[in-house]
Amino acid sequence: MSAEQPPPKAEQSPKIVIVDESPIRAAILEEGLREAGYGSVMRISEMQSLLARIYALDPDIIVIDLENPSRDVLEQMFQVSRAVRRPVAMFVDQSDAASIQASVDAGVSAYIVDGLKKERIKSILDLCVSRFNAFAKLQDELDRTKMALEERKVIDRAKGILMKLKGLTEEEAYVLLRSTAMREKKKIGEIAQSILTASELLK
Amino acid sequence: MTAPLQIGFIPLVDAAALIVAVDKGFAAAEGVDVTLVREVSWSNVRDKLNIGLFEAAHLLAPVAIASSLGVGHVKVPIVAPFNLGINGNAITVSPALHAAILAEIDGDRFDPMATARALARVVAARRKAGADPLTFAMTFPFSTHNYQLRFWMAAGGVDPDEDVRLVVLPPPFMVESLENGHVDGFCVGAPWNSIAVDHGVGHILHFVADILVHAAEKVLAIRQGFAEKNPEVVARLVRALNRAAEFIEEPGNRVEAARMLARPERIGVDAEVIQRTLDGRLKISPDGTIRENGRYLLVGRESAGRPDPVQAAWLYSQMVRWAQTRVSEEALRTAMAVFRPDLYDAALGIAGSPSSHPVGAFEGPEFDPRDIAAYLASFKIFRRPV
Repeated sequence: MSAEQPPPKAEQSPKIVIVDESPIRAAILEEGLREAGYGSVMRISEMQSLLARIYALDPDIIVIDLENPSRDVLEQMFQVSRAVRRPVAMFVDQSDAASIQASVDAGVSAYIVDGLKKERIKSILDLCVSRFNAFAKLQDELDRTKMALEERKVIDRAKGILMKLKGLTEEEAYVLLRSTAMREKKKIGEIAQSILTASELLK
Repeated sequence: MTAPLQIGFIPLVDAAALIVAVDKGFAAAEGVDVTLVREVSWSNVRDKLNIGLFEAAHLLAPVAIASSLGVGHVKVPIVAPFNLGINGNAITVSPALHAAILAEIDGDRFDPMATARALARVVAARRKAGADPLTFAMTFPFSTHNYQLRFWMAAGGVDPDEDVRLVVLPPPFMVESLENGHVDGFCVGAPWNSIAVDHGVGHILHFVADILVHAAEKVLAIRQGFAEKNPEVVARLVRALNRAAEFIEEPGNRVEAARMLARPERIGVDAEVIQRTLDGRLKISPDGTIRENGRYLLVGRESAGRPDPVQAAWLYSQMVRWAQTRVSEEALRTAMAVFRPDLYDAALGIAGSPSSHPVGAFEGPEFDPRDIAAYLASFKIFRRPV
């Protein structure tokens, strides 16, 4: 057999199914897989009749997030004795503890149908792990931005109350909030929140 | 204090002893520092236990056995020094299927043989009418729910692999699936049967106690390697769980226990629903019908905490009956050795061996682990190994 011989078809473009209820994360993962040259990527975001959908797609690899209770549904694939290809769970191959650890930390798991080369599987899994981590980072940043925005709103409302009650300018109200926060060793948002709470109580 | 232990659990009422042991301070009093980690799937619990992220876990008894045998997944030997629950499951069906079964029933509606035979007639009528087969859900391939559902329907002549569809469904999806008609019935643990009834979308047809008098449900699962290296930790955990189980079974403590379990980071449903299960006093129909059964869920009574290898053998026999594995003497011994009454007795200073409780199935001969082949031969419906 010569080295130039093309790999079997499944090796060329394994069919990958992403099972994820988060459409953004699934899109990030799909994009990553396509960039890496995997043309056949499908997404399932609806968990109803999951197994039937997977059988219809007949994938080589199934990627699922660890926060998805439907992982247990996939375990049923090992039970069927019908003419479906039998997948193995990623965790079955325990030789590479580091990559298992990495995937658990990232929150992703995979089921692999027989016939794929180990290196190919590893490169796909590594990609999933890095995209899952990238998504987590994005989510984290989004949460922090949201929190900052919320805090901004609270501070603005507290400023408004101070301006009205004490006849201050916006600048003066902010200085008062900031100096109080420094004196009390608290965050400015916390002081603003207590002003809102107090003003609610005193209504 | 011991080194910190991470223990995984699924939010179900039969995690009660584990949750109370930690939240009531019994574990700390024993000098074990436990962090409970709530999980969303049995696959996660199993995998995290296997790879060492959890030292121990609230686990389906059949998963502990399958893991020790290497059936269906990677082989990781597990020991179970404490039984977290006996019974506790129920079979719930849609109002339509409930009405169909009652219309066909010949006998008492709480008699599982009568309902199973009625189910067989419903199945036959549907086939004749060209209707889709009925769909039943359970929680995991290696689950008591799977075996209990199969045992019940097969007794009435319904082949669970040929005559109906049997699917895995995560417990939080069961009620919705029953409501929208994706499934016609399910077998699951508490609180999900009660929630289906409260939503008016299901009737509890059977408590598992109708089908099996004494059925091991969840165990505290520990990797064998960890247990061997840390016998003192295992003993302390058993003592803490035992105190928690006794606490829960004291009727005067039920309100407090139910409240503790109801917390959002634990089971996260109403305390009242949880207490129904602990009290064995369940609303079984949307019209408010109450059914009481003291054997609904045993947490500490009848030495429920003591793992019984005969129970492990029965579960193994069901894996064989439904062709999840082939029968072998060696595998049977391995399965039975997962349940460790010796660790339980040593931790609690119990001398002599309390007698084991019969499985008490409503069909077939009394189970004898010394002759599984003869036991299984008495059942007409089973699955041939592939």
